[in-house]
Amino acid sequence: MKTDTSAVNIDRDIGDFHYKVDYGFDAGVGLNEGVVNYISDVKQDPDWVREFRLKALQTFESKPLPTHWASKDLEAIDFSKIRYYLAQGQRSKRSWDEVPEDVKRTFERLGIPEQERKFLAGVEAQFDSEAVYSNIKKAVGEQGVIFVGSTEGLKEHPEIFRRWFGKVIPIGDNKFSALNSAVFSGGSFIYVPPGVKVKHPLQAYFRINAENFGQFERTLIICDEGSELTYMEGCTAPKFNTATLHSAVVELVAMPGAKLQYITVQNWSQNVFNLVTKRGLAHEESEIKWIDCNIGSRLTMKYPGVVLKGRKSRGEVLSIALANNGQHQDTGAKMLHAADETTSNIISKSISIGTGRATYRGLVHVPKHLKNCKNNTECDALLINATSRTDTYPAITVRGTGNSVQHEASVSQVSAEQIFYMQQRGLSEAQAMSLSVNGFVNDLVRQFPMEYSVELKRLIELEMEGSVG
Amino acid sequence: MSYGTAVLEDVTQSPELNSDIVSAPQKAAHDLPAWFRQQREQGWREFSALPMPTRKDQAWRFSNVAALDLTPFRLGTAPSEDEQAEILERSTALNGRAGRLIFANDQLLERDALPESLRKVGVIFQPLERALIEHEDLVRKHFMAQPAALGSAKFAALHRAQVRAGAFIYVPRAVELELPIEIFHWLTSENAAVFPHLLLVADEMAKVTVIEHFRSFDKTAPGFACGVNDLIAGRGTTVKYVCAQRWNENVTALQINATNVERDASAMSLNLHLGGNYSRFESLSRLVGEGARSDLLAVAVAHKKQEFDARTLQDHVSPHTASDLLYKNALTDRARTTFGGLIRVEPHAHFTDAYQKVRNLLLSDDAEANSMPGLEILADNVRCTHGATSGQIDEDELFYLRTRGIPVKTAQRLIVTGFLTEAIQRLDEDMIAAHLDRLIKEKFASA
Repeated sequence: MKTDTSAVNIDRDIGDFHYKVDYGFDAGVGLNEGVVNYISDVKQDPDWVREFRLKALQTFESKPLPTHWASKDLEAIDFSKIRYYLAQGQRSKRSWDEVPEDVKRTFERLGIPEQERKFLAGVEAQFDSEAVYSNIKKAVGEQGVIFVGSTEGLKEHPEIFRRWFGKVIPIGDNKFSALNSAVFSGGSFIYVPPGVKVKHPLQAYFRINAENFGQFERTLIICDEGSELTYMEGCTAPKFNTATLHSAVVELVAMPGAKLQYITVQNWSQNVFNLVTKRGLAHEESEIKWIDCNIGSRLTMKYPGVVLKGRKSRGEVLSIALANNGQHQDTGAKMLHAADETTSNIISKSISIGTGRATYRGLVHVPKHLKNCKNNTECDALLINATSRTDTYPAITVRGTGNSVQHEASVSQVSAEQIFYMQQRGLSEAQAMSLSVNGFVNDLVRQFPMEYSVELKRLIELEMEGSVG
Repeated sequence: MSYGTAVLEDVTQSPELNSDIVSAPQKAAHDLPAWFRQQREQGWREFSALPMPTRKDQAWRFSNVAALDLTPFRLGTAPSEDEQAEILERSTALNGRAGRLIFANDQLLERDALPESLRKVGVIFQPLERALIEHEDLVRKHFMAQPAALGSAKFAALHRAQVRAGAFIYVPRAVELELPIEIFHWLTSENAAVFPHLLLVADEMAKVTVIEHFRSFDKTAPGFACGVNDLIAGRGTTVKYVCAQRWNENVTALQINATNVERDASAMSLNLHLGGNYSRFESLSRLVGEGARSDLLAVAVAHKKQEFDARTLQDHVSPHTASDLLYKNALTDRARTTFGGLIRVEPHAHFTDAYQKVRNLLLSDDAEANSMPGLEILADNVRCTHGATSGQIDEDELFYLRTRGIPVKTAQRLIVTGFLTEAIQRLDEDMIAAHLDRLIKEKFASA
């Protein structure tokens, strides 16, 4: 294979624009108790939330950066230079018309609601700290589905919200979950009542508009007994010269028999540190599936997990990571088996281009005295250039008999013969490469909902432009 | 040989016998080279300066670091004459060998020299102390020249400060040894500490097989072993190394290996781990020349509360190299095993073929197997795969054997033995394989 590493220029124009916005609320730069109290004041948090935030701030400050195993690049984040809260107003607008013209322009340039509104049951768009637009189709609302911002959720549905909030991912889970717990704003709260099957996916878009801004959305989704839901999120940010931080916490709860699917297409610009904690709690015979596609950001650290708490529950992570020049996609999955007959499946595919680095980090845990637990893990890495890098760091613990766990990984590259074959059929080298890469991820992408597989394929084609030749 | 007794005297008269291993370094005999004595001091400084590992260190994840309390251990003293006689009698393993060294508590008890034909062509097989004097340049060039890259830098430093027994082997260009070289290390007294060392240098096109036996004289006396073996596989050589570890089950053991595989050379190692309450071994295989190949094999049988901790690095430095790892663990009772392995393909090491496979067979509900098979690939045109499985005896296989009239226990044992044998057979050394199979059977019989 050719090992040419000439500069790869990726067209990131899709999300690369930003507007001057007059922010009505601005917590300034840096993080201290004052900032946390300011956020609580502005959001008129109940006391328990304010206490939760202040406690989390202490935890955040006491925890060291996890650089003993994670990338030293984390040290490049200057927490004292980040803006922790920016917003124009407090309530999300209920209809698209009420959204301010300039903010609307941002989302229209992203091509979000206009094209996809028809399909989608509801859209929640988050602009910097707060959701600006939120709508849910009548039909879904009539089924009793709650789909609101996290602030609204904790105020209007405290009986559900408080029961699960911070339970799947406690404050002290890691340094960044603590940070999010201290300064969270925005994100979605969804409750699907028993037996309700939401036919169309609910969607959220996240966008960072301000320089030096940290986005800390908090999402909590609860699917009650026997219900079904698919949720999709997309992320973009314009290019700024300084680093931007996105540190979300997403908690999912699948009650007995529920099916919950969470899809992410992450396309942050290359200055974003994307440090996200995502975990689901699966009760008896329920299923939680994470579909996680990481294409953007400077450094992503994200290991969606499922705690398989109920008998016969099932967890799945399908992950695609594309690491281009200067990017490090440190992604993976965690499967914590805690009941008999639980099954989990992890399939990870990564592509490293130019100087990009893709890392798979996984954790599979089967404690003792469990029976008939099964895990299957497959990690495939594709290297495009000689300077590309890929790593695999799984950790698997199995106690006792009666379980079966298998892990397999492979590393390969696009074969010169394949490229040559396609070239002699009239394709350019870049087209051939793009086709090969799409072929590599195809069996995984096919499992995604149609709109997303189309979007993902287009993004991969875009990333592949100029990576060879 | 002419100097056999002199060697014994040198060692047995060491003034620091019975000293606490963590509060003072070993005093080197006055006739050892100055650079070696500096190595000791340097080792001691490093040992004192480096922190004890904790579970938070990635290289010690899942490992029971509390087992590494070294305060009770003392440098072992020479065994009594009766004990010596019994050790010599019990130091049997293979039916044929090229030569043999027997150490007990780091004291040389016996040396079966190589046959005249091998000595004539320049093969060297000597106790380390002797080689330090007679082959100073060769030893100095390679003595602990590889870094302890897999977590045990502190213990490698301790070894450097305390080493006093071991073997030096040199096989000259194009010389092939038909029979294996055997080295025995015995622990004899309560809380004795030993620091077995092996340095093997194989010159171009040479062929050699070495087996180290680690054994306890007493069935229960606690002890500590901190061994280092460095293997230099020169161009085009075929080097096989076997470690047959069956310390008693109160011994804490560390074994640090580094293998350098040069152009077109083939190195194969097999680590059989049966003994110890806590036994950790680190294998670093560096493929430094094109066409180099390294096979890393290991078998562990863990029962009761035993813990085996294996860390490996297949470091592909040069393009066109291959490595293949197969580790097999059978666990029962409350035993724990940890495997932490990494295939690292350095930048420019294109056209690498690297494989890594760990398989855990769990035979009880309280056994725990941890696997961390890792890859770091910084080159392309690489074929790498790794796999880790954890499972139990296949019910169908068991049923089949029972329908043939084989009792459950026997059937289980047959299946487990079959599972482990796969790794041993890869060594392709029938005599050694038969010995290792015997050791495994003995362990099953003792349970």
